[in-house]
Amino acid sequence: MLEFFDSNLVRGVVLILMILAFAGIWAWAWSRNRKEVFHQASMLPLEEDDGQVPQIDSKEERSKE
Amino acid sequence: MTYNDKVVRQFVVMTVIWGIVGMLVGVIIAAQLWLPVLNFDIPWLTYSRLRPLHTNAVIFAFGGSALIGTSFYVVQRTCHVRLFAGGLASFVFWGWQLVILAAAISLPLGWTQGKEYAELEWPIDILITVVWVAYAVVFFGTIIKRRVSHIYVANWFYAAFIITIALLHIVNNLSLPVTMTKSYEVYTGAVDAMVQWWYGHNAVGFFLTAGFLAMMYYFVPKQAEGPVYSYRLSIVHFWALIAIYMWAGPHHLHYTALPDWVQSLGMVFSLILLAPSWGGMINGVMTLSGHWHKLRTDPVLKFMIVALSFYGMSTFEGPMMSIKTVNALSHYTDWTIGHVHSGALGWVAMMTIGSLYSLTPRLMGKKVMYSVKAVDAHFWIATIGIVLYIASMWIAGVMQGLMWRAFNEDGTLTYTFIETIAATKPYYVIRLLGGTLFLAGMFIMAWNTFKTLAQSKAPEFKAAEPAIWGEHA
Repeated sequence: MLEFFDSNLVRGVVLILMILAFAGIWAWAWSRNRKEVFHQASMLPLEEDDGQVPQIDSKEERSKE
Repeated sequence: MTYNDKVVRQFVVMTVIWGIVGMLVGVIIAAQLWLPVLNFDIPWLTYSRLRPLHTNAVIFAFGGSALIGTSFYVVQRTCHVRLFAGGLASFVFWGWQLVILAAAISLPLGWTQGKEYAELEWPIDILITVVWVAYAVVFFGTIIKRRVSHIYVANWFYAAFIITIALLHIVNNLSLPVTMTKSYEVYTGAVDAMVQWWYGHNAVGFFLTAGFLAMMYYFVPKQAEGPVYSYRLSIVHFWALIAIYMWAGPHHLHYTALPDWVQSLGMVFSLILLAPSWGGMINGVMTLSGHWHKLRTDPVLKFMIVALSFYGMSTFEGPMMSIKTVNALSHYTDWTIGHVHSGALGWVAMMTIGSLYSLTPRLMGKKVMYSVKAVDAHFWIATIGIVLYIASMWIAGVMQGLMWRAFNEDGTLTYTFIETIAATKPYYVIRLLGGTLFLAGMFIMAWNTFKTLAQSKAPEFKAAEPAIWGEHA
């Protein structure tokens, strides 16, 4: 039983899990249902304190969220 | 509900002042390398004591004030809520200034732990810890009470910076106090060296990179008046960067007593680091696509685009220098100094200056500084200064590396060490000129900042309405 807990095996498994987690983040970031949220988020820095937002929302100027 | 901008204004002013102080000390020690007599045989003015004062002042006083100040501004604006715990935010400001004052007194007195970028002795380290915890409470408290469902990417970078610096600071400064002004590290030998450079390189990665990337993700879109090029890339950029930076430290210890496999590990991770670094750089540069014409009229954007260019250059140069065979030439030479200042002046200072030129007028309800012409003049003086600084150090460094490794037929060294110093002297003069120009630009900034802030009484801004979109809609 003890030899099953080889530390190198643990290292390998952790490495694979980390790679899968990173791929998961990537897939999540590019998923279609995040598109609108990310667009809204990307507009946050453009708000000015007077409530105005620069007029930029033409197609080519939209962030590639 | 209004925003708490008072603490932001305080940090903005002190950023400029500490920038002048830190860079002035840098200019003094640059002059001393050219003419050592300029220490006047006064112990407090020797290079060995002023150099840590310079690095601490520019990194933690100038850079730190800029990071804390902008984070307090950005977190309020992107969360549509007033800063959490206003009293504690004031404590963060005054506490941080006290830390800087303690550094400015103790370092010239020669009180030091002898660890690069972690020289401050244990009582000051404890004060830093207290202030930093208060900073974290204010920042994360504001995130928690936010009125925008999504946490904007800049806040993620600020958060990583705050958490990681806490971790690095505590682990690297664990020591056994002997007296009030003297302590011994708990680590010994190669372990001590590894902990030190795990700290040192992650200070670069999380203080001087992640924090300023946060600035980039807020102020570049703001100044360009267009959203970041790719928001989803910014998310992948964040996770890739923070996951990889942690492992790159050993490249500071090539060909030392550190185990060889650790050196190779550090080198490999440094090479991989090019990918997230350039991903972020490209994301910043491409944010200007469709807005390039604004560079003709807006010098603030020029600061930002040059900052991103230097970020791209130094994050290419860094991985290259981490390759062991390249490092065999570059290490211990002035090439390293050139590389560091390409990052510190080119990226960190230029991004800070650009962000403050965007932020300062907005604190007064305006869009531009008192004098846009002065901003433009500052830009050119600073840029020319950086180019002179870096180019002279590159040439000096490569020359030193080649001279140190030159052998005669019989195996003896071709050059004595003093010959390499004599050969470097002209480049030290050029570096001094470059540094002086950069410092001169900071004086222009100080005047312009004063004029902008003194124009009228600072207004109070109403917090924006709650914004709920996405999964909570």
